[in-house]
Amino acid sequence: MAQATSSLRLVPYPSLEPKRVESVLDLIGETPLLEIRQLTEGLPAGVRVFAKLEGFNPGGSVKDRAALRMIQEGIRTGKLTPDKTILDSSSGNTGIALALIGCVLGFRVELVIPANVSRERKQIIDAYGAKVIHSDPLEGSDGAIRLCRKILEENPGRYFKPDQYFNPMNPQAHYETMGPEIYRQTRRKITHFVAGIGTGGTITGTGRYLKEMNPSIKIIAVEPDDALHGLEGLKHMASSIVPGVYHEDELDDKIPVATEDAYAMVYRLSQEEGVLVGQSSGAAMFATLKLARRLRSATLVTVFPDFGDKYLSTNLWVGWRDRMAVGNLKFSI
Amino acid sequence: MPVRVRVPTPLRKFTQGADEVSAQGTNIKALVEDLEKNFPGIKERICDETGKIRRFVNVYVNGDDIRFLQNLETALKEGDSISIVPAIAGGR
Repeated sequence: MAQATSSLRLVPYPSLEPKRVESVLDLIGETPLLEIRQLTEGLPAGVRVFAKLEGFNPGGSVKDRAALRMIQEGIRTGKLTPDKTILDSSSGNTGIALALIGCVLGFRVELVIPANVSRERKQIIDAYGAKVIHSDPLEGSDGAIRLCRKILEENPGRYFKPDQYFNPMNPQAHYETMGPEIYRQTRRKITHFVAGIGTGGTITGTGRYLKEMNPSIKIIAVEPDDALHGLEGLKHMASSIVPGVYHEDELDDKIPVATEDAYAMVYRLSQEEGVLVGQSSGAAMFATLKLARRLRSATLVTVFPDFGDKYLSTNLWVGWRDRMAVGNLKFSI
Repeated sequence: MPVRVRVPTPLRKFTQGADEVSAQGTNIKALVEDLEKNFPGIKERICDETGKIRRFVNVYVNGDDIRFLQNLETALKEGDSISIVPAIAGGR
């Protein structure tokens, strides 16, 4: 726990006038970069750790970036016309992003979602007016991918499928926005970029941009340590349909994270940093700190894909105080 | 007293790809032991080191979550349908 006054800033930052925008879509991107100050205690002074807070996007996650870019390209190329319905598979956040963008731009949206995604995600999609089609929970996100393909094959003329797993605009969105933002926000000092793999869009696009700016920047992926895991949003590549946008050969390293370690990190982030995030952020933080402990001088940046309010009904928070009490929280990294 | 167990994709490597298997047990605890006997390695994925069902795994008996029944002690009868469901779905 931080000392009561240690991080109290008496002099406010000279702030710019808050943004005034014409559309909620103008709020996508340009998210804050938070320095992690408590969990990094004990690291050498030359090692700094930052997290990109993607929960600040209007749809509440990093997925707004890719969804917007895919829709824009669909309209530009004439593949998405007003008579078409946007259809895709998602385990939640991309679905929310597409539902939000579809409603702003006036497109109907249908989403294939595994029945076991968190209740809040389904409710949010429903609130934006999109149609939700449930796929078999036993089949996970791959089951949703397959069902979505089937729906499209039965009625190809009716739909526009952004296809986040294979659409090059997904990594492109991160190449154009996330990469430059991080490079600028760290004043070009970034040495390591660490991010989870869901579709691979974030790590591939951001990684490409950063490598172009400075080839010595290391790109490190985070993935669940096992096929059966509780890290909503992340994929265990060895046992999954490998997304076309994911290029493992562009990575410098991969760090496996156990579900329990990621959950414990979620609790620590809320308790010690005051940042309530989802499971995938916990995994990203765990891997980043694990890596940071091996370094003497570095600027590490990771991505917190969303905030944690969408997961309050999930098993993540069931009995968490008991687990804290038995000391699980103070694990060694 | 056989029951049917639906197996999620990530565990099918233990069941030679089968999405449904037959197993024995008077309750969930016994059922898990029986699964382990026939499909070695599967218990470790479903249960933690103390033997409890892992938090990110849900087990349903005829559609009801065992957490709201008697957990591992939930009694089974012939013909019951058990589903092992990952609590979440990977990939976005």
